[in-house]
Amino acid sequence: MTATTTSARSDLTELGRSETALRTFLHGLPGVDQVGAEQRAAQLGTRSIKTTAKAEAIDLAIRMVDLTTLEGADTPGKVRALAAKALRPDPADPSCPHVGAVCVYPAMVPHVAEVLRGSGVHLASVATAFPSGQAPLEIKLADVRAAVEAGADEIDMVINRGAFLAGRYSEVYDEIKAVKEACGSADGGRQGRPAAHLKVILETGELATYDNVRRASWLAMLAGGDFIKTSTGKVPVAATPPVTLVMLEAVRDFRAATGRQVGVKPAGGIKTTKDAIKYLVMVNETVGADWLSPDWFRFGASSLLNDLLMQRTKLTTGVYAGPDYFTLD
Amino acid sequence: MFEYAPAPESRSVVDIKPSYGLFVDGAFVDPASGGSFKSVNPASEEVLAEIAEAGADDVDRAVRAARSAYEKVWGSMPGRDRAKYLFRIARIIQERSRELAVLESLDNGKPIRESRDVDLPLVAAHFFYYAGWADKLPHAGFGPDPKPLGVAAQVIPWNFPLLMLAWKIAPALAAGNTVVLKPAETTPLTALLFAEICQQADLPAGVVNIVTGAGDTGRALVEHPGVDKVAFTGSTEVGRAIARAVAGSRKKLTLELGGKAANIVFDDAPIDQAVEGIVNGIFFNQGHVCCAGSRLLVQESVADRVLESLKRRMAQLRVGDPLDKNTDVGAINSAAQLARIRELSDAGSAEGAERWSPPCELPERGFWFAPTIFTGVTQAHRIAREEIFGPVLSVLTFRTPAEAVEKANNTPYGLSAGIWTDKGSRILWLADRLRAGVVWANTFNKFDPTSPFGGYKESGYGREGGRHGLEGYLNV
Repeated sequence: MTATTTSARSDLTELGRSETALRTFLHGLPGVDQVGAEQRAAQLGTRSIKTTAKAEAIDLAIRMVDLTTLEGADTPGKVRALAAKALRPDPADPSCPHVGAVCVYPAMVPHVAEVLRGSGVHLASVATAFPSGQAPLEIKLADVRAAVEAGADEIDMVINRGAFLAGRYSEVYDEIKAVKEACGSADGGRQGRPAAHLKVILETGELATYDNVRRASWLAMLAGGDFIKTSTGKVPVAATPPVTLVMLEAVRDFRAATGRQVGVKPAGGIKTTKDAIKYLVMVNETVGADWLSPDWFRFGASSLLNDLLMQRTKLTTGVYAGPDYFTLD
Repeated sequence: MFEYAPAPESRSVVDIKPSYGLFVDGAFVDPASGGSFKSVNPASEEVLAEIAEAGADDVDRAVRAARSAYEKVWGSMPGRDRAKYLFRIARIIQERSRELAVLESLDNGKPIRESRDVDLPLVAAHFFYYAGWADKLPHAGFGPDPKPLGVAAQVIPWNFPLLMLAWKIAPALAAGNTVVLKPAETTPLTALLFAEICQQADLPAGVVNIVTGAGDTGRALVEHPGVDKVAFTGSTEVGRAIARAVAGSRKKLTLELGGKAANIVFDDAPIDQAVEGIVNGIFFNQGHVCCAGSRLLVQESVADRVLESLKRRMAQLRVGDPLDKNTDVGAINSAAQLARIRELSDAGSAEGAERWSPPCELPERGFWFAPTIFTGVTQAHRIAREEIFGPVLSVLTFRTPAEAVEKANNTPYGLSAGIWTDKGSRILWLADRLRAGVVWANTFNKFDPTSPFGGYKESGYGREGGRHGLEGYLNV
């Protein structure tokens, strides 16, 4: 993306106005070679992160966790406990940082908001008929507004994969735009609140090809998404390193083209410290230090946090503590 | 900023002896003349070991040992029994791969990531692959009962010391020949450890002989009248001298020589992966690769974009300690090679090409050269014509597919080429027209024992690898 002139920047905002322009643009993006992308992701996974670098990476990863529970069985008690853990992941060690956010269903937002208020830990809510996205637009928007009003400052929406796969890009674009508006406007926001950050879930496991992942990433960014996120965690294939690599390349190129920085959130299936560090290496070597912050990179995960805490304790004490020494929320 | 802490691979797995003899007739022996030379670690200039220098008498002894082993044991051994030894060697290589990888990186300067993830797996794969052929030679397409040639003289380079040894020894032994191999004088250590592996595998004495030394030793070996086959990998200049020396004799010859490969990037290429391929094409193994993609031919309409991506990617390359697991580019193999890379790079600047390297700190001791690209290169520049054999990429542009073919083929070499495009039909069209032994499509520097490898024109003749690789070691 060498063309970063003002005229090129304004051109991109016009793309959403016509189905043809949007399609031409998305299909004109350079292709992704599947073998090459997977090879590069695997190669980055062979980096050896030890000692001080590992300690820094673990703390950064903890700060990037969107501690998530998205179960039909969630109760106010359960999500409050999770929020408490988000604030103090390791009760035995006050130097342990808090996580990036707690991520719950809209109905659970008020209960989490009570615990998190004023803490600096963000409150993310999934919305737009998560996880399928198969509901009328008005219902999706009402879902978003309700979550924002209840105190969510981040909204994780799902795109309409059916429309995307059928090639109805404008429909997907318009929907993201509408959800972005429902999140509140940047200047002043809804009822005095700042606008909620919009994370757009591409559900890459259903998009099937890396070309589609790249196009959906650009579509979500063009429509105003603040973050692009891989997965709901509710389909068999969730975040993978090559998918995340393609999305990182997209946010890098998008910033070069428009000047606007967008965050990335791999979600689902990242369970170990080793995996998390591989993602951080990928961020570091693909988009660089600008993205190495919870403002621009998050992990959507639940069990990852405890593994990070175990490894953190191992590094400081030199011995592994059993799972009973870490809270199970 | 995310700084990676040092992650050095431990040296303690290797046990380097202070001095090494010649491996002749199953045992390490002292050279007749008593001469020796030193092998150094190019990353630190530390002397690793004292190596025996084989003279003409030693070479003669080795060739006679090989002849006797061929006539008494190996040549008449049933293929399935030869296979047993080769499989055993392959397994020992896998078991001792960490040791071999560390030793290779110490002696050669290549990053441990490559010796561990590329060289050693390929070395073992070559022995496994040719072990499989040993009892199936009648089905290899060279007649119902193809016979071995006898004694093979093999001279290999320093860029992939153990891998080139595998490329030479595995097919020769599978076909029923015995060998005398001369490793390069700057990188003899893994070949000597391989000799120990032959002992460990109980390989009959004399089947594999290793004579160490420099050019004179190599000359004595290829000119020895008791040799039936000469196989050489190295520079075109030495290859020519060998071809002259062997001409008119009964010796069968295969040569795998230099290259100046074109890596061709079209405007519809998957750019991010193409950039990876360009980097892998020229900075893999410090560019010490005969098939390196040392000429980037990029379509003008995407040249700026590709170059910008390439420079950004090059800034991520980690140059330094070869034993650090995060090192991407290691040390240049020798002072002589470094001098050659410097000379040609200076010629590039003097001839008006624009030179660029990412900011990178090079260690003070040892032989180092920063990854470098030259833009604005024309076909007339020396850096577009001569093999640099270092981490130096010459960037040229083209406008049409026909021009890409013309420029790619406009070289005395013809070892390899790369094509980057999303269009399958264009890959086939171009592969038909490129005068190169290997053409990679949307990848580069990909090796496999099942795939034949070799050159056109001044890149040599004969093929190594695959079924084709057997032909050079069979009387057909």
